Formats: sequence, C-alpha cells, structure tokens
Amino acid sequence: MSEKSIIQVKNLSVSYGNHQVLKNLSIDIPDNKLTAIIGPSGCGKTTLFKTFNRLIDDTDGIKVSGEVLVNGENIYGKDIEITHIRKKMGLLNQRPTPLPMSIFDNVAFGMRLQGLKDKKELAAKVEHYLRLASLWDELKDRLHAPAAALSIGQQQRLCLARGLAVEPEIILGDEPTSALDPISTQHIEQKFKELKEDYTIIMVTHILRQARRLADYIVFMYLGEIIEHGPTDEIFNNPQQKLTQDYVKGVFN
Amino acid sequence: MTNKRNSFRILADKLSGKVFLTFAVIACSLILLILAGLSFKSYPLLKHVSLFKVIGSSIWAPADGKFGLLPFILSTFLITILATVFAVPVCLLASTYIVEYASNTVRNLIMPVVDILAGIPSVIFGIWGVLVLVPFVSFLGKTFNIATEGYSILAAALVLAVMVFPVLINIFTEVLRTVPNDLRDSALSLGATKWETISKVIYRKAAAGLFAAVILGFSRALGETIAVLMVVGNSPLIPKSIFGMGYPIPALIANNYGEMMSIPMYDAALMTAALILFIIILLFNAAGRLVLIKLEKN
Ligand SMILES: Nc1ncnc2c1ncn2[C@@H]1O[C@H](COP(=O)(O)OP(=O)(O)OP(=O)(O)O)[C@@H](O)[C@H]1O
Ligand SMILES: [Mg+2]
Repeated sequence: MSEKSIIQVKNLSVSYGNHQVLKNLSIDIPDNKLTAIIGPSGCGKTTLFKTFNRLIDDTDGIKVSGEVLVNGENIYGKDIEITHIRKKMGLLNQRPTPLPMSIFDNVAFGMRLQGLKDKKELAAKVEHYLRLASLWDELKDRLHAPAAALSIGQQQRLCLARGLAVEPEIILGDEPTSALDPISTQHIEQKFKELKEDYTIIMVTHILRQARRLADYIVFMYLGEIIEHGPTDEIFNNPQQKLTQDYVKGVFN
Repeated sequence: MTNKRNSFRILADKLSGKVFLTFAVIACSLILLILAGLSFKSYPLLKHVSLFKVIGSSIWAPADGKFGLLPFILSTFLITILATVFAVPVCLLASTYIVEYASNTVRNLIMPVVDILAGIPSVIFGIWGVLVLVPFVSFLGKTFNIATEGYSILAAALVLAVMVFPVLINIFTEVLRTVPNDLRDSALSLGATKWETISKVIYRKAAAGLFAAVILGFSRALGETIAVLMVVGNSPLIPKSIFGMGYPIPALIANNYGEMMSIPMYDAALMTAALILFIIILLFNAAGRLVLIKLEKN
C-alpha cells in the first residue's frame, strides 16, 4: 500500500493485569478514509481505540508496549502533551454522553478550554458546528436547554458537533449507532459519508452491512490480533483468511 | 391446580401492595406521632409563653421560671454549620482522590479504614476531643491571644466534622462512582485535563447526589449528642465567638432530662427544646429536598 497513513500502529501490545488483550498489533490506518474495525465481541476493538487517544492510560493495572504514531509522532513518547493528542480526535461513544450542561455549553466546552472567550465568536462557532451536525434548525430556539433533554439521536449528533468543534483530524466512533433508532442511525451514517471528505474516520461496528455501506477500509480483529485488513471490496468479496471468510459470511458466533 | 396456584399468585400480588402501603403509612405517621407527643408535653410551658418568645429569648434561668432557648438554638446551628463547612471540602477532596486518582490497591486500603471510623462509638470521639481538640483550641487561643477555655464551639465543630467524615466519604465515593466512565472519556477527548474533567463535568453530573450526601451529613450532625456535650463547655449563654462555650439542644436535653424535675415547667421546657430540634430537622430536610428536585432537573 502506497497510500498515506495517519495512524501507524507498531508492535502494540496491551494487557489488563495478566490478561493480554492486544497481541503485538501492527497496522497503518489510511488518511482521509473511513476505516471500519470489525470483529466479535471482546476481541479488543475498544481497547485498540483507547490506545489511539491514550484514554487507556487511566485504566487500573494497564500495560502498554509498542508505538502508536499519529502523523508520524509517537504518542507514547516522552515529551508528549496528552491533551494535545486528544484534541486531534473527536470521540463518539456507544451511548451518547452529553455533558451535564446546556446544548450551547456542550458545543462550546472544548473551545472554551482552548481559551476562546469572545462571546460573538463562540456563538458563531457553536452555530457553525451545530449546522455541520444538521442540528441547528432543530435546536436553535432552545440552545440553553439542558442537553440531557434531547432525544438519544439528537444527543449523538450533539456529541458529534461537540467533537468537531475542537477541530480534530480524526473522528473515532465506537459503535456510534448501536443505541440509536433507524432514522437517527441514518442521520449519523449520512454525516459520516459527508465528513469523510475532510476527516479521517475510524469506527467500530458490529453491523457488517454498515461497514460495507460506509467503509473504504476494513480491519478484522479476532482474539486480540489483526487477522486481515484491506479495502472494503477485497475483505468482503475476496478475503484471504478462512476466519475472515467465516466472519463476513456470518457463520460465526 | 394451576388455576388455584395462579389465583393465589394474583391474590398475593394484590395483597403485597396493600401491605407495603400499610408499612409506609405507619412509618410516616410515626413522624406525626412524635410531633404530637412532643407538642403535648411542651404544652404546659407553651400555654404560658408563646413558642416565638421561647425561641427569641436568651435568658435561661429555670429557677426563676425563665426558659429562653435562643442560646441553645444558636449553638446548635453554629456547631453544625461550622462542622459541615469543615467536613465537606475535606471529604469531597478525599472522595475525589479515592474515586478518580487512587489505584485499586490504595482504594481497598482506605475504604475499610473509613468504615472503622464509622463504627467508633461517639463516646470515644468525645474522649479524643477532650484529650486532643480541647488542648488544641486552648493552644490556638494562646497563640492568637483569644480568650478561651478550650471547651468551645470550635472544639465541638471539629469533633463533629470528624464524626461525619465516614458518612460523607462513603456517600460521596458512591455518588462519584455512578458517573459513567464514558462521560470522563468524552470530556478528556475534548482536550480537558483530568482536573478540568473532574471540576467541570463530574462534580456537575454528581451535584444532586453530592448535595443529598451533605444533607444527610448535616442532619446527622444536628442530632449528635454525647461527643459534642463532652467538649462544648455547656454554658447556657449566647456564644460570643467560636472560641466561646456553647450548649446545643441535644446536650441540653441529655444533661438535664430526669433531673431537677422539682422545678416547675422544667420538663416542659426540655420537651419544647426537643420539639424545636425536631422541627429544625424536618424543615431542613424539606428544604434540602426542594433544592435536590431543582438540581435533578438539570
Ligand atoms: N478495564 C478492563 N479491565 C480488565 N479487562 C478488560 C477491561 N476492559 C476490557 N477488558 C477485557 O479486554 C478484552 C477486550 O475488550 P474490548 O472492550 O476491547 O473488546 P471489544 O472488541 O470492544 O468488545 P465489544 O465488541 O463487546 O465492545 C475483553 O476480554 C475484556 O474482558
Ligand atoms: Mg467495544
């Protein structure tokens, strides 16, 4: 593969205590593409995700070895400022997690942390990012209502807007539609399709059809190892490994 | 056979609701019964002097038939508020450390110690207060040139603060632990530092629960008797400063109930004091509940 990659994982191993969850993984995630990570439950997808923005650091008894390079910079290096790494990646969780504050403050949260104080500019940016997540028209009259009052689907799009507002390069979605109804799922999928023009998107999904619909690139994991990765077409139509074949055919449990 | 069994199940289901209701009613009416009993016992005094006069008057001279309860009410509030002011920040920071920073090993070492603290009888805290806190307050007085006997509002507040530690820490940690990890991850991934995540997101998410814990701790402090009584000096005058002596209501009742009953109205005056304490606690809890409802709406 000659394409440019944004994240390079090199010999990454992760253990919780004595339980090794990721076993010497190496992979390049292509830039400006939508990559889907698939694999059975418990194979380490979330764990891999958490190493990308070092959210894994806070876990008790965690051991990480190997390298993760983002734009060529080892994020496990010595002089790395961790908030700087995390700002590069917007995160969508399985269940939406609105911050306990108003809709406006949710979107403004990251920008305020970066020192943006000017009210006009803040309001303009909040509007911009709410529009980007197709929420502005629905919510413009109740910006100061608590975010928890929104529907689950709206909350997830708010989380997307909030993540985009810190101007990340990468969007991480850990099963971002699994708690949503079909319409809201479609909203998010549509957004992802639009956003992948400008961002690198990496998502975990259990829905193979979703991976097929959205992804340019597929990573298949099994029991803490990467079995196979490649362009979506190849993985689904012409997988090289028996395991991958079984998984994408759904003869797996 | 199955039919019989089914009808029995339905009957049991119907009955269980009624049984629970009965117990709930009994529990609630207990409050009314206590209130009625105390009012009845206070009546001999309140028939002569109005409740407001008793509350507003500061002269406590039972032999002369003067039963002003203001010094006791003030002491009660002063000690409790001060104890809460001491205890809440310490416990909040301790609980934050336990939940957000400590490793499992450290956490498993600290929590049992907190539980031991909860199991120590108040008399022991009282003795500790007399041996350690009273001299400590004297020392403070000497250092800063403030007149004090050591036995003081301040000493009582400090004892009380330590006594509510376990309650507060236990509930605070419980409440902080209910904040989902995904929320922490979200704040962190927006570029927040750990402390920004805690102070701007976690405390806010947990606000209602934390507040409920404070109410519980405060209520507990309002009624604490023995340990406070041992270090507060028990002087029935309006406290001049926190270095002066005080005499909170529970101490007044515990010290005098069943004694000097030859003095007319003495018994009724103590019951009035109990009634007032009871009403304070009820009002306080009601107010707390209102704030809680408001907080939960957010
Ligand atoms: N905090 C933790 N402490 C100990 N073990 C953990 C922890 N988190 C995850 N694990 C273990 O690591 C393994 C991988 O978990 P992970 O959450 O990464 O899987 P996953 O692929 O995301 O699964 P799912 O599809 O169900 O979300 C599992 O065996 C899990 O039990
Ligand atoms: Mg997962």
